[in-house]
Amino acid sequence: MNKIWLVIKREYLTRVRNKTFLLSTILLPLVMVLFISGSVFFAAKSEGKKKIAVEDKQSELAKFLKSDTSKMEFSFNAGVDTSNFAEKGYDGFLYAVDSSGRHFLLKTVKAASNETMDKLKNRLNSAYVSSKLLEKNISVEQIDSINTASSSYYTVDNTDEKNKNVNAAINTGIGFVSGIIIYITMFIFGAMVMRGVMEEKTTRIAEVIISSVKPFQLMMGKIIGIGAVGLTQLVLWIILIFLISTAAFTFLPHDIMQQVQDIQKHPGMMTSNPGQFSAAAKGIVNLTNLNWPLIVGFFLFYFIGGYLFYSALFAAVGSVINEDPQEAQSLMFPIMMPIIFGFIIMSSNIDKPDSPVMVWASIIPFTSPIVMMGRLASSPPVWQLAVSMISLIVGFIFTTWAAAKIYRTGILLYGKKGSWKEMIKWIRRS
Amino acid sequence: MSLLEVQNLKKYFATQKAVDDISFSVNKGSIFGLLGPNGAGKTTLIRMITGIFYPDEGQIIFDGKKFDAINDVGYIGYMPEERGLYKKMKIGEQAMYLAQLKGLKKAEAMSKIKEWFVKFEMESWWTKKVEDLSKGMSQKLQFVTTVLHEPKLIILDEPFSGLDPVNSNLIKEEIYKLAQRGSTIIFSTHRMEQVEEICDHIILVNKGKKILDGTVKGVKHQFKENLFSIGFEKMPPNPNGSPPFEMVGTKDHSFIVKIKDGFKPGNVLNYFLEQGAEVISFNELLPSLSDIFIKLVEGTPLTRQFQAINA
Repeated sequence: MNKIWLVIKREYLTRVRNKTFLLSTILLPLVMVLFISGSVFFAAKSEGKKKIAVEDKQSELAKFLKSDTSKMEFSFNAGVDTSNFAEKGYDGFLYAVDSSGRHFLLKTVKAASNETMDKLKNRLNSAYVSSKLLEKNISVEQIDSINTASSSYYTVDNTDEKNKNVNAAINTGIGFVSGIIIYITMFIFGAMVMRGVMEEKTTRIAEVIISSVKPFQLMMGKIIGIGAVGLTQLVLWIILIFLISTAAFTFLPHDIMQQVQDIQKHPGMMTSNPGQFSAAAKGIVNLTNLNWPLIVGFFLFYFIGGYLFYSALFAAVGSVINEDPQEAQSLMFPIMMPIIFGFIIMSSNIDKPDSPVMVWASIIPFTSPIVMMGRLASSPPVWQLAVSMISLIVGFIFTTWAAAKIYRTGILLYGKKGSWKEMIKWIRRS
Repeated sequence: MSLLEVQNLKKYFATQKAVDDISFSVNKGSIFGLLGPNGAGKTTLIRMITGIFYPDEGQIIFDGKKFDAINDVGYIGYMPEERGLYKKMKIGEQAMYLAQLKGLKKAEAMSKIKEWFVKFEMESWWTKKVEDLSKGMSQKLQFVTTVLHEPKLIILDEPFSGLDPVNSNLIKEEIYKLAQRGSTIIFSTHRMEQVEEICDHIILVNKGKKILDGTVKGVKHQFKENLFSIGFEKMPPNPNGSPPFEMVGTKDHSFIVKIKDGFKPGNVLNYFLEQGAEVISFNELLPSLSDIFIKLVEGTPLTRQFQAINA
């Protein structure tokens, strides 16, 4: 037992003290924050005001196509055409291209986003509604007041059985992201175990070590040591992301934070009177309302379980490879397949968390660490969670047992090409 | 008093009888040579003694008790033929790690490592990595890590390969010192001149079987062909009549002769003295271990063929 501890310590310390470990631990959350804030920044920028010149031959549109001070500004019959709108300082030129006057073309310098096109179409259509209403002798003022009310007269929020405000998108997003993180870390740390085993084999230190410790101790020491490295990195990431996002909160406008505090003081207010709160405040409340300890707890369980399940297999593969990267590829393929498969199932069925594929894939240990994280948001039945967790534990005990048999023979075998057929023979024997 | 006793050891692999019924014993404090051509089964034999493999049959008695891999490995130091060290690990830490795996306490290991590093002039290596070392340097490091915990049994597989004569001698001296202090050394090699120089007792293994066992001197006498070399001040004429020997050849100012059955060396000497030849030297020519090795192994296929085993 003392020796396995020494192996764990070596595996852990040599990796944690490595510069690349420190760098990736600090850089990843930074890159994530930069990525998120960058995409928010560019999204905000693309929504900047657009000046559009409109050719309005019948002078119908000018009355109802309203400029919106922040998004779109229309100028009618400004004396521009397709060739000179850009020179005159417009972002686009809108003109009818058919005789009915119902099909428009927007000519722009740079391609307009789908969002802009949708907005423009909606504006034009509501201008049409307004013009029809005017024909029915409804005054322009009345039309305006109806239009203003129409976008926010009714609102809808969703609440689950426990009467908690839920935001399906946030829940699903978190499940999806944790699934992806487990998927990536399983590859990173699984491959790290495999490379570690290969290093010991190709540098022939395995023989020296195995004359002091049992092969099983060496293998488990490596798996646990590298797992601890992964866990350290994940915990550091969680802490860093928590710190960074707390810091980011302080940069939010004061009134939003005020609203958040109001909602937190009176939880009922958000359902009874949703209109008075901004989307940002509701989003923050939804995020803080999530059961984080439960999510983090499941995440850590599935990370550790999935890691143990696959790293044993990666160790077994590492032990039969003879310095030939090509050989490694072909042997790794059968292990990587179910991981990739699990990721595909999770990402393509994330909106159908209770479909049979998702249920089965979240129970079978080959895919459960990834798929179950994706389902967690939809509160799967307790029995499914229990079966999934137990089968993952049984699964990794089995893979470790099988891997130990392959490893014991493979690590000291040189010159012979490894194959899965050969490995299965080693498992069966003794 | 034997430290290690190997009794009827067998290890069969799928296609080879790697070790096929080998027995021998190694005396405490002796330097024991384990010889054999490539693929004879030496490594498998050593792996069983170091607890890496379990024998299929037979048993190993270590220090008077049945060999127990888990507890006894701390008393064994093994330096495999293929050198292995962690390339990216600092040398001091590496030595410490290997020492701790052998069961040494940290403080104890530290003082021993320092002692050896001073002895081998390796103090400046402490924070270097193995990848910075030359082959000979890493060989020295490997030797240090093998003997650091003062094992009762030290197994060295080709310890001098890749070493220059100076470092070779350094390690040879240390091997003698370790033996004097009571360590038993098993020495596996193909380099026969080193075996003749260092070993007390040898066995020769071929194709998984032991084909020779004895002291270096005893083995040489067992294979002697009664050859003598007689040196002369002035070369006498070739002998005629019926001398008690046969001429084998001449070599600058000496005859190489083979004594006929029923005669003694004295008869040969007398013969030349009676002839009035000025004899200045008279030596028995013993076969070198190398000759014996080649003689015994020759004729058998050098590389082992694969065969089906029904065990």
